[in-house]
Amino acid sequence: MAGTAFGDAFSPESGGSPQADDIDRLYWFVMVVAIVVFLGVEGALFYSLFKFRARRGAVAAQIRGNTRLEIGWTVGAAVILVVLAILTFIKLPDIRTPPNSGPNGLQLADGTLVAAGPQKQLPPNGKALNICVNGQQYVWRYTYAQNCRNAPLNAPFSYEIMYAPTDTTVTLDIDAQDVVHSWWIPQLGGKFDAVPGYSNNTWFKIPGRFAGATFRGQCAELCGRNHANMTARVRALTPQQFEAWLDSQRRAIQQANQAAQRQRERVDRGQPPGG
Amino acid sequence: MATQQITAPAAVPQVVAHEIERERTGWTSWVTTTDHKRIGIMYLVLTFVFFLLGGTEALLIRLQLSQADNTLLDPQTYNQLITMHGTTMVFLFVVPVMAGFANYFLPLMIGARDMAFPKLNALSFWLLAAGGLVFYASIFYSPPECGWTCYPPLAATEYLPNGGVDAWIYLVHLTGISSLVGAVNFYVTIANMRAPGMGWGRLPLFVWAILIYAILLILALPVIAGAVTLLLTDRHFGTSFYDPANGGSPLLYQHLFWFFGHPEVYIMVLPGFGIISEVLPVFARKPIFGYKAIAASTVVIAFLSLLVWAHHMFATPSPGFVFVFFMMASFLIAVPTGVKIFNWVATLWRGTVEYKTALLFAVGFLGTFLIGGITGIFLAIFPIDWQLHDTYYVVAHFHYVLMGGAVFAVFAGIYYWFPKITGRLMSEGLGKVSFWLMLIGFHVTFLIQHSIGMDGMPRRVFEYADIGHLETYNLISTIGSFILGLGILVTVINVVRSVKKGVIAGPDPWKANTLEWFTTSPPPVNNFDVIPRIRSVEPMKDIRRQVERQMGREWQEPAPAPESSIQA
Repeated sequence: MAGTAFGDAFSPESGGSPQADDIDRLYWFVMVVAIVVFLGVEGALFYSLFKFRARRGAVAAQIRGNTRLEIGWTVGAAVILVVLAILTFIKLPDIRTPPNSGPNGLQLADGTLVAAGPQKQLPPNGKALNICVNGQQYVWRYTYAQNCRNAPLNAPFSYEIMYAPTDTTVTLDIDAQDVVHSWWIPQLGGKFDAVPGYSNNTWFKIPGRFAGATFRGQCAELCGRNHANMTARVRALTPQQFEAWLDSQRRAIQQANQAAQRQRERVDRGQPPGG
Repeated sequence: MATQQITAPAAVPQVVAHEIERERTGWTSWVTTTDHKRIGIMYLVLTFVFFLLGGTEALLIRLQLSQADNTLLDPQTYNQLITMHGTTMVFLFVVPVMAGFANYFLPLMIGARDMAFPKLNALSFWLLAAGGLVFYASIFYSPPECGWTCYPPLAATEYLPNGGVDAWIYLVHLTGISSLVGAVNFYVTIANMRAPGMGWGRLPLFVWAILIYAILLILALPVIAGAVTLLLTDRHFGTSFYDPANGGSPLLYQHLFWFFGHPEVYIMVLPGFGIISEVLPVFARKPIFGYKAIAASTVVIAFLSLLVWAHHMFATPSPGFVFVFFMMASFLIAVPTGVKIFNWVATLWRGTVEYKTALLFAVGFLGTFLIGGITGIFLAIFPIDWQLHDTYYVVAHFHYVLMGGAVFAVFAGIYYWFPKITGRLMSEGLGKVSFWLMLIGFHVTFLIQHSIGMDGMPRRVFEYADIGHLETYNLISTIGSFILGLGILVTVINVVRSVKKGVIAGPDPWKANTLEWFTTSPPPVNNFDVIPRIRSVEPMKDIRRQVERQMGREWQEPAPAPESSIQA
């Protein structure tokens, strides 16, 4: 449903998370500069094509250049780029660094800090919910654990649909099982490659009003024949719903483990495994 | 062969070209030739065949995407088509077609009788043909499915065990050696075989572009050759350069690939810039504006193009300062590119612009390439690229640069130089029909793709769900691609028709500036009997002026209408 809600043909998707919103805003700043340059150059081009077309009696001016003009437009182009660079650096911290979770977000205990890495950005208070994203041909697997390198074996997990609490800063550790994939939910922000052997990072924070909404995306790096169908969805839940969902997952995993344990014991006793 | 029309005292420069021996004919003479002009023609014809093949693949891709959830092509075939389309256009069309123009015109433009190493030149061509052959032979077993970039681990034997990837590696090697040999040949020819008086400041801008093209090829090609060799040994000889499970790195391949891949973009487009720099002044009847600035910006672009590769990797796990460096370097490259565009517009300014088809394509290039340049700035800003990377926005961007840029320049070159190659003019009427179909078709196809990408459609997907307006947008794009294809077909018809039926052109139909027009059309085997002394960057203007003066007439700048005249 949220797929069409913000559909906008002139700038990247946004609306689901501050990162996407800030990228969209930066895009529009650059767009304004781009439109001015575009109109200026195309205007001069079409003007000279129209005004200086070959006509009877028209004489071409034999000009070979103009050093001042050359310096002028070299400096001019450089100045425009300096302006764009400054705009980018002003916006950059908002895009890269996640904010703190909101008051209505999932309350993380002080003990659940996420490990910062060389590329991993954390919110100022260091508290974020971490989800491990693993790309595999052709599905995304999510493990709900604070430390992805040492995730407990019974940590809740899901495939394709990621469940995330609203108003909560969620950091993602992204890696891949087999080939290179790329994690991308356009309305939540940019795409980040899932490269086997590496860990990539991003974050999102879905506003509270989107509880119940689903954000769509798909793998953005050619990963094989079924690349087109390696979709991903992020379902926003209220923190209460999210906790409830985690609990039900934990219970289901525990029950499955117990069932497996009973089976193993039966097999050890030489009984048939079924039942 | 017609030698001369001008009868005048002996000192008058004139088109004098006698054939030393009768030109051999028949297919064996083509297979065994070392004449740069024949090799050039073979290059142009062969690369155009590949262009039509790659174009057909593009139309199939567009057909598949014309509807959401289309089942026309299965995913395997689709991935094979995108791989073949990209590989064909890059390795078998745009890079070698520039070598084709350079082969034919570089010796003529600098007043040489052939390339420095004619036999190596023939080797270049036959290696290119062999590269195309081994690659296209894979359609009889299994073409590669890894896209033109063939990133491992997808390109490893675990995921693509069949021989398609190996055919692709073989193609990269063969065409790479072909281009490398050709590049050395161009470099040596330009460095050593210029006409007397042709200093670096009088080198035609197309030759400047080919010089830099050659240097970039020499710098970039060994890297891709190494990268795909490591991929080959990973695939078949048990190494693990790119295998993370055994201490290798998939990112290493991406760095090596793009260290070649980004200069490759300029390898494809710089010769196009050169063609534009030749065509614009001729049809504006004005000297090129800022010769030195254009030549210098070519050198600066080439240098910077070696420092921007990782802007293709902004989504990879890499440290932030790497992104900042490559963003700033990519910004920098916009400055010399902008300088070129400004100088080209200034060349038209206060000229008398003659709307020949070659000029239309050159101007179409200008207006279109500008858009590709501007969208390049968006992509250089890495936070914005995080949204746009690997989507149809990028597809649109590089088609604006390579199709609207390089290919429009190639078409300008075809219409401009066809009379020199064949001795006959192409039909201007068909040419203009072709131009407008191509221009409109191009923009209908690719402008909307920016929106397709921003609405969330990644590239290289064989199907998509109709979310938002994606199906409508894609249908528009597909319709545009067929208009574009029709436009290209009109030029093909024009070429085939004009070879036999075109109006006889004479040595210098455009009253152009450079030395290739100082010989018959087509030129004899030895190009020139007498090589004139070069006194400016526009030797043909000097020669025409001298002819007029010695024949007792006032020099008249070639004017658009018979009545107009100007004192020199």
